[in-house]
Amino acid sequence: MSPELAGALQLLALIAALALSYRPLGDYMARVYSSERHLRLERWMYKAIGAHPDVQMRWPAYLRGILAFSAASLLFLYGLQRLQHGLPGSLGFRAIDPDQAFNTAASFVANTNWQSYYGEQAMGHAVQTAGLAVQNFVSAAVGMAVAVALVRGFARSRTGELGNFWADLVRGTVRVLLPIAVVGAMVLVACGAIQNFAGIHEVGRFTGGTQDWNGGAVASQEVIKELGTNGGGYFNANSAHPFENPNGVSNLFEIFLILLIPTALTRTFGRMVGNLRQGYAILATMATIWVTFTVLMMWTEFAHHGPALEAAGGAMEGKETRFGIGASSIFAVTTTLTSTGAVDSFHSSYTGFGGGITMLGMMLGEIAPGGVGSGLYGMLIMAIIAVFIAGLMVGRTPEYLGKKIGTREIKLAACYILITPALVLCFTAAAMALPTPGDSMTNSGAHGFSEILYAYTSGANNNGSAFAGLNADTQWFNTTIGLVMLLGRFLPMVFVLALAGSLAEQRPVPSTAGTLRTEKPLFTGLLVGTIMIITGLTYFPALALGPMAEGLAA
Amino acid sequence: MKTDLTHKEHEEPGMPTATPTQAPHQDAPTGHSTAQGRVGGGLFDPRQLLRSLPDAFRKLDPRVMVKAPVMFVVEVGSVVTTVLAVKDPGDWFGWTIAVWLWLTVVFANLAEAVAEGRGKAQADTLRKAKTDTVARRLTPDGGEERVPGTELRVGDLVVCEAGDVIPGDGDVAEGVASVDESAITGESAPVIRESGGDRSAVTGGTRVLSDRIVIKITTKPGETFIDRMINLVEGAARQKTPNEIALNILLASLTIVFLLAVVTLQPFAVYAGAEQSLIVLTALVVCLIPTTIGALLSAIGIAGMDRLVQRNVLAMSGRAVEAAGDVSTLLLDKTGTITLGNRQAAEFVPVKGVTAAEVAEAARLSSLADETPEGRSVVALANEEYGYGLSEGQAGAPAGAEWIAFTAQTRMSGVDIEGRKVRKGATGSVIAWVQERGGTVAEDARQLTDAIAQAGGTPLLVAVEDADGPRVLGVIHLKDVVKEGMRERFEELRRMGIKTVMITGDNPLTAKAIADEAGVDDFLAEATPEDKMALIKREQAGGKLVAMTGDGTNDAPALAQADVGVAMNTGTSAAKEAGNMVDLDSDPTKLIEIVEIGKQLLITRGALTTFSIANDVAKYFAIIPAMFAVAYPSLDKLNIMGLASPQSAILSAVVFNALIIIALVPLALKGVRYRPTSADTMLRRNLGVYGLGGLIAPFIGIKLIDLLLSTIPGIG
Repeated sequence: MSPELAGALQLLALIAALALSYRPLGDYMARVYSSERHLRLERWMYKAIGAHPDVQMRWPAYLRGILAFSAASLLFLYGLQRLQHGLPGSLGFRAIDPDQAFNTAASFVANTNWQSYYGEQAMGHAVQTAGLAVQNFVSAAVGMAVAVALVRGFARSRTGELGNFWADLVRGTVRVLLPIAVVGAMVLVACGAIQNFAGIHEVGRFTGGTQDWNGGAVASQEVIKELGTNGGGYFNANSAHPFENPNGVSNLFEIFLILLIPTALTRTFGRMVGNLRQGYAILATMATIWVTFTVLMMWTEFAHHGPALEAAGGAMEGKETRFGIGASSIFAVTTTLTSTGAVDSFHSSYTGFGGGITMLGMMLGEIAPGGVGSGLYGMLIMAIIAVFIAGLMVGRTPEYLGKKIGTREIKLAACYILITPALVLCFTAAAMALPTPGDSMTNSGAHGFSEILYAYTSGANNNGSAFAGLNADTQWFNTTIGLVMLLGRFLPMVFVLALAGSLAEQRPVPSTAGTLRTEKPLFTGLLVGTIMIITGLTYFPALALGPMAEGLAA
Repeated sequence: MKTDLTHKEHEEPGMPTATPTQAPHQDAPTGHSTAQGRVGGGLFDPRQLLRSLPDAFRKLDPRVMVKAPVMFVVEVGSVVTTVLAVKDPGDWFGWTIAVWLWLTVVFANLAEAVAEGRGKAQADTLRKAKTDTVARRLTPDGGEERVPGTELRVGDLVVCEAGDVIPGDGDVAEGVASVDESAITGESAPVIRESGGDRSAVTGGTRVLSDRIVIKITTKPGETFIDRMINLVEGAARQKTPNEIALNILLASLTIVFLLAVVTLQPFAVYAGAEQSLIVLTALVVCLIPTTIGALLSAIGIAGMDRLVQRNVLAMSGRAVEAAGDVSTLLLDKTGTITLGNRQAAEFVPVKGVTAAEVAEAARLSSLADETPEGRSVVALANEEYGYGLSEGQAGAPAGAEWIAFTAQTRMSGVDIEGRKVRKGATGSVIAWVQERGGTVAEDARQLTDAIAQAGGTPLLVAVEDADGPRVLGVIHLKDVVKEGMRERFEELRRMGIKTVMITGDNPLTAKAIADEAGVDDFLAEATPEDKMALIKREQAGGKLVAMTGDGTNDAPALAQADVGVAMNTGTSAAKEAGNMVDLDSDPTKLIEIVEIGKQLLITRGALTTFSIANDVAKYFAIIPAMFAVAYPSLDKLNIMGLASPQSAILSAVVFNALIIIALVPLALKGVRYRPTSADTMLRRNLGVYGLGGLIAPFIGIKLIDLLLSTIPGIG
């Protein structure tokens, strides 16, 4: 079988698996977030944190919950790293430096999982399992909670109430993430991923020398790393490491885990707003972008010119031979079109265009299908923008799902779409203009610029993957990327929740033949166009000077 | 005889009054074809551009410009490039960019000035009507004093006689007069204004042609209808509408994004070894920010209001025009809107043992004295079907006849000739008349009248008393005549997702028959003002926007409650005050056109926004390779248009960006083509034209400009 065919078949298998899980999982999540029952385990948790899960919150209260919870998580994670040397199971690693500890804490709380450290050389069992893995669950649950709050904003009318943050947080973790993670971890262990608390020991002999490696609760962290679109690898090599991602099957399974919740959430959305077809339209938009990007990626990676590349059957540099170009391309597109950032190959080694596709994927705001929760709310914001611009063309003031997009709504949506480009462009410009940050580049020219552009794009969009050449463990990058990750995660949430509150207060406008049909393929096309033009074009000059200059030169 | 038609609608069925002499809209005939009226554009005369040029320059004042954030950024860019050009006077490129940026701003101002200019002419005409008048004010002791019109206060009573200009807005308190309202409506036929009822309102600036009236002033000087009209058509009172504000916010945020993209570009460019001049960066910003829609947005709004003014409709706020586009329920008065103002005789139905010709003869005879439209239609039908002489009127009738005219009390008309008494009128009245005289009513008369009422018609009984005694001969079938083309119109509205509700005082059976014939979606029978109000509130509770027309004082609360309330100019001041639009032609059918104009306004706004944003793609492909092909030769592959040189590429993009504004001014003023169809069809079409067109057009335009520019030595 040719590698191209293998890639195509894996793509089809993946789509089939997602299609099978779409309905049951989407409907299940809708039930989870609409249910009025509490599990006993959940009651204990509410008691422990002193929350009243049945109190309805307006958007400011909901936001306060998120910020308080995330601030506490941030402090806890920072403290854990700073005190690592005194913790059991530290494997003898010292405390993490303040700037790196801040960066890592911000990174995991913001569901980014940017890593300026080497997992196997810096983080012991305690920090990995009690700190990072926990955040992998809860930061994902926070994203889902915000998405659900926005969906409730559309679904509810004449109330400002968006649900209860604590209930949404706990349910997302206990009823959605945990059960899937348990099953998923077993699948990964079956594939050969490790799950132990072994210390550093010799794992093999290579060309005369020995190699020492530590064990860890890798499979359990790996599963939530993908499922929660986190992306922080247990080891530096991330999903390219055989302990994390042993073979082609586990690789495909991990891609499946990444896409599982973000796609199914569109079903949850359709279910909760009482119109499944609206959910399909959003899913179709996501799928269109994802499939197009994947096909383009495979094309540029398989067909790239150059004697060495042609001899290898494509751009194999930086890719694992056990995955090949096809599976690596699917993984790279998936990880950057979601807020995951896990990698099974090295994006910096992709062709110029290939690297550009990974960047563009993040720049679109990671909405196809995007991170757990964040993908859905990001896409819904873009739908609002699309409805606003083009909806006028049907001769009515814009409305989406029966809610009018007036001055207040568009103000909030406009702020949302401003944040990430502002963060990416301003910080990249500062890094390029200042004398020292440029020293971190490994490459010169367009590729060097791409390293820094990629870093801030990844940070601001809460992706977490890196263009590996950059040495990001400097005070400048640890601090600025840390800030960018926090701002890029929580500022948009402010606007999303305010928007949700404003939508929930509205009385819905009934749909008539004069209403823009947002569940039709035409709208899907319109939405794709809006996303590409509004967010894509913002980065055109920057992309031209990085990946495009490189890609066109080849 | 009262001239209050609306009350007719509240009469019981089977007791037709046939009172009125005028349908509400008939005293101000419309100049527009209502059935086939389409929202078309006003004419656009290129000379308007030239005439408005001085205004366009006046608007360059930054204090004015700052209200349109997108164009303000362009103006700042123009200043920056001009300063740079002055510093380096030998740089022809800098000068050219500066000039074209200034032109971009001027073109934007020109669009707005032209839109405003079209209202100015109308305002001037109005001002002529608003000459200072001297009012004859009644003093409390019954005397009269002469005061300037500007000193009148609300509640003052003033006298106007033939030839006087009415000094201010008010209601006729006493008397009846014919008034020339051509100063406002443009319609030269005089209208009747009289105290009481729903035709009591008079407008300052109009002229009394005959008789004497006493007017109670209802508006302060300076706030009169004509003052508001002048402000409206001049655009002085124009406030940004909610959707316009929202769109401005989005445009401003896109401007910020693109500003950021360009400002941050310099460090990247420096790193790439291709530092850019401030002139080129400014040109890039101006090309990327949504200047096309930013330049035309205000003109689109003004032109939308103007399209209403051209149809003699005054919108008191732009918000109402926008709301018109969103309307999903139309409340239409049956009479005058759906049906012709008057019922007409359609058939003579005899009772058993009588021929139709006999009924016709008696009906005609008894109607000769009935001057109501219904009465005349009976005579006309009899003449037409049974060949009575057309000229034969009362005069041609046998001598010694005693004519009995129709009154609202008797509800009958007729004639007594040579011992023969003929009567026709409301069922109840005629039956009573026959029975009073000891006659019997034929058994089938009841069935006949019921059948007619059920079919939506109005039965009139014809009876006679002669040698054979008093008896009923038959029934005249009066029919509401549905205006031509209404069914198709409602069909269109349905396709647009708009529900039509017919409001009538008729009983449910009659109402249903007419509703079915006209093809409306729903009807409200035996409607009282309270019912109307309740209906509006019910629709609004379901999230629907409601539009209605009204003229009576009792319509005022409903007009105020409706999202679009169109008051008839013939109506009372209370109605005109309550509504947010006034139709000077007093044509209730125009409500449909108003909705279409509202939709067209929104579509134009959306179409040009889409076009403007889609334009950016081509501009990137022109400018980015021009900026960076030196540093990275590979980027020259992005120059897919094959533009001649970096300078000509940037210049072409800037020139295109400026010219497209002027090119689209006519479209902004006329509004995009509008046809009533479903949202799906409309979106597909507009996305194709303005979305795809917006992507492709600039590629062609920029290439053409580049071809022209490259013929100039030193550029190509």
